[in-house]
Amino acid sequence: MFPAHADSTVPRLDIGKGGQCVKDAQWMRKNHMHLLKHQRDETVRKGVREKEHSLKNCIECHASIKDDSVIAREDSFCVACHRYEAVKIDCFECHSGTRKSAWLQRNTK
Amino acid sequence: MSDIDLRRRNFLKTSLGAAAVAIAPGMLLFDAAHGKSEAASSKVRWGMLIDTNQCKSGCDDCVNACNRENGLSGGTGPTDSQWIRKIEIRDVGSGRELSLPMMCQHCEHPPCVDVCPTKASFRRADGIVLVDRHLCIGCRYCMMACPYKARSFVHEPLHDQNPDVPRGKGTVEACTLCVHRVDQGLQPACAEACPNKAILFGDLNDTDSEISIKIRSVASVQVRADLGLNTGIRYQGL
Repeated sequence: MFPAHADSTVPRLDIGKGGQCVKDAQWMRKNHMHLLKHQRDETVRKGVREKEHSLKNCIECHASIKDDSVIAREDSFCVACHRYEAVKIDCFECHSGTRKSAWLQRNTK
Repeated sequence: MSDIDLRRRNFLKTSLGAAAVAIAPGMLLFDAAHGKSEAASSKVRWGMLIDTNQCKSGCDDCVNACNRENGLSGGTGPTDSQWIRKIEIRDVGSGRELSLPMMCQHCEHPPCVDVCPTKASFRRADGIVLVDRHLCIGCRYCMMACPYKARSFVHEPLHDQNPDVPRGKGTVEACTLCVHRVDQGLQPACAEACPNKAILFGDLNDTDSEISIKIRSVASVQVRADLGLNTGIRYQGL
């Protein structure tokens, strides 16, 4: 269950560093999945690795400052809205939900 | 008079130099911030030449480097992913022994691509054979079609993958020729890790590349050349 807030029923999420690099927040709420799906085909099949629409780049800014993740907690950037809307995300069954820098810290000896 | 002129000339010289230095890192920063926008080109064909004379028996540095880079467990059981294996072969007649790494051979005519029912298995323009895990349904036809036993199926849920190497349960995977590194202009992890430089990585289409020059000058073979797959991985001394 999404934790109940006294003043509002909308999801409260940890936007990490935040900021706007693609489009405004309302547009992104509605259309981010189309951008990601288009970019995934461009990257996997053609090798185009433009950063603007890449999942990795989204995570870079939107992962929580606290735990470097977009999926670790109930109010993480991806989880909060998806939980609220009851839409399952498949991305992170294969993709990492953490910042590359944090992953490197954990995985270099 | 001449003194003033000299100083003016020096001033112009140094300011031009400073401008050049300022532009160069700026351009580098632009590249880093926006990633690589051009697609893989069919003018390039990535490949490897593996010198089996330099490959030491018992050494598995390439395998370890691959496991580390791509987040594989390193297990060799039937349900563990192996993208590259070390193989020891022995000629029964002469007793000659060889050690070599075996992985996806990145064929020009890959059987895994032919059999894939969802077009998840595909060959990129620059010759790298990959699985698009977004489309893979895990039927494993490609694993049966591959003459090199190069592909693995992910049986268990995975956690904490390398952000550059997404992998997941229910899909087939294999050596990607470290495509995420190649696209950054780096070498595959195994080639970089080999202590004897037995793995030479490069562009087979570029006649001036180190690999092309070597393939022209020494005898090399493709494994199972009889199948006519035109592999991108070549072996020397096999």
